[in-house]
Amino acid sequence: MRPLKLVITALIIITIAFSCNSKASKKDQVVATLYQCPMHCEGDKTYEEPGNCPVCEMELVPVSEMKPKTTVATEISDESIFNLTSKWRTEENKEIQLKDLKGKTVVMVMIYTSCKAACPRLVADMRGIEDEIPDARIKDIQFVFVSIDPKVDTPERLKAFAKENYMDDEQWMFLQGTESSVREFANVLSVKYKEISPIDFSHSNIISVFNPEGELVHQQEGLGVNNAETVKSLMQLTQ
Amino acid sequence: MTSQAIRVMCVFLVFQTLLFAQADGMVLIEGSRYLPLYGRDSTVVEVKDFMMDQYPVSNADYEKFVKENPKWRKSKVIKLFADDSYLNNWKNDQELNHSANPNSPVTYVSWFAAEAYCNCQGKRLPTIDEWEYVAMADETTKDARVKASYNKKILDWYEAPRSNENTIGQTPKNVWGVYDLHGLVWEWTQDFNSVLITGESRKDKDQDNNLFCGSAAINATDLMNYAAFMRYAIRGSLKAKYTMKNLGFRCIKDIKQLDQ
Repeated sequence: MRPLKLVITALIIITIAFSCNSKASKKDQVVATLYQCPMHCEGDKTYEEPGNCPVCEMELVPVSEMKPKTTVATEISDESIFNLTSKWRTEENKEIQLKDLKGKTVVMVMIYTSCKAACPRLVADMRGIEDEIPDARIKDIQFVFVSIDPKVDTPERLKAFAKENYMDDEQWMFLQGTESSVREFANVLSVKYKEISPIDFSHSNIISVFNPEGELVHQQEGLGVNNAETVKSLMQLTQ
Repeated sequence: MTSQAIRVMCVFLVFQTLLFAQADGMVLIEGSRYLPLYGRDSTVVEVKDFMMDQYPVSNADYEKFVKENPKWRKSKVIKLFADDSYLNNWKNDQELNHSANPNSPVTYVSWFAAEAYCNCQGKRLPTIDEWEYVAMADETTKDARVKASYNKKILDWYEAPRSNENTIGQTPKNVWGVYDLHGLVWEWTQDFNSVLITGESRKDKDQDNNLFCGSAAINATDLMNYAAFMRYAIRGSLKAKYTMKNLGFRCIKDIKQLDQ
């Protein structure tokens, strides 16, 4: 029975050692609380005691709580689609994540290439929007088509579709995901779709505009609808 | 002596594994073809074999999940993945309200949260077809939809108030061994966003033609199945980040094919 006892003793010692460790690290955190002005009146200056900022008189906040707000430019906001970590393939067979689109205004629509009814009209609607944007601003915008049929729409097929539709320039992008990443992405856009036969889907016709931080700013619903609002939001975002 | 101790521990380990496998709480659902209320081309759909949780996920289960996964805590969850009422009946990040029953189904959870919970356990949410397939059973029959008593019971529940506060496992289990598909809460499905009806008749008339391509809208197969109509209507009105007092979920697991 001695080996058993040894094992148990070892286990107890390990447990105690670990619990001690975690306590020690917690203590460190408590001691190290620093305070900062939420408006950054004095740059990144920190205070060890809570109080008010000597410049704007706003209440100082713990540095740890401020982080998300102060670094909006580099971090991803709560409402950004860049929070989705799924991987996609472009028509050039490059692997990307949505956050790789960061910094550009993004116009997105979900289609599938074998679609005969609504998708050609959605493609036309996207082109219509692109036509309204002055050439100088096109470089700041990415027009993205996300396939709802990832089984059929391979990068090769998407590339062929791009060529057929004269959408092979840099501002156009076509994405293939997986069944689950497409479902998740559609849910973020509130797009509904259903496979009604092996080659046909029912789907909502929604064109979505995202700002360079990946936050949804505008949605245009329907086919062949007036795109003035969508164009307006794009013009504002690319000023 | 040493080898005996090792043997004892091995037996213990094996026993514990078995215990866990049983406590896993899933039952086998044998797939088949059936005619759902809204199907593909309005014909039969095929459901493959899968394992389904016997019970909806409880408050206690979810409490454990958020303890292990800080990003799904009430204050940490990002807005893209859940609306403001996420875990509305929780006191704080890790605890339920005092009045909430740990053995009630968890509600106020979004689709994203439900999907993450299932994925964490190597499971997934059931599709609408899979869920409806199991839910059309009663205590004795796999397809009880033709029985008046089946529909009556479900509709009685739809009228019962605050059923989300009941304890799980109190309704009679169906022929598969699954509890509470009817009687407690609505449940999220993986492809809830494939229901292309808005659930609002005025909207359906004006906008559908523009908003939806194809025609899977109003072509239900069984106009008598009013209860199922309500479920589809609810699904059609949901968005993935919505959370509701009477909307919970359960998970299922695919059965690995032997040839894979």
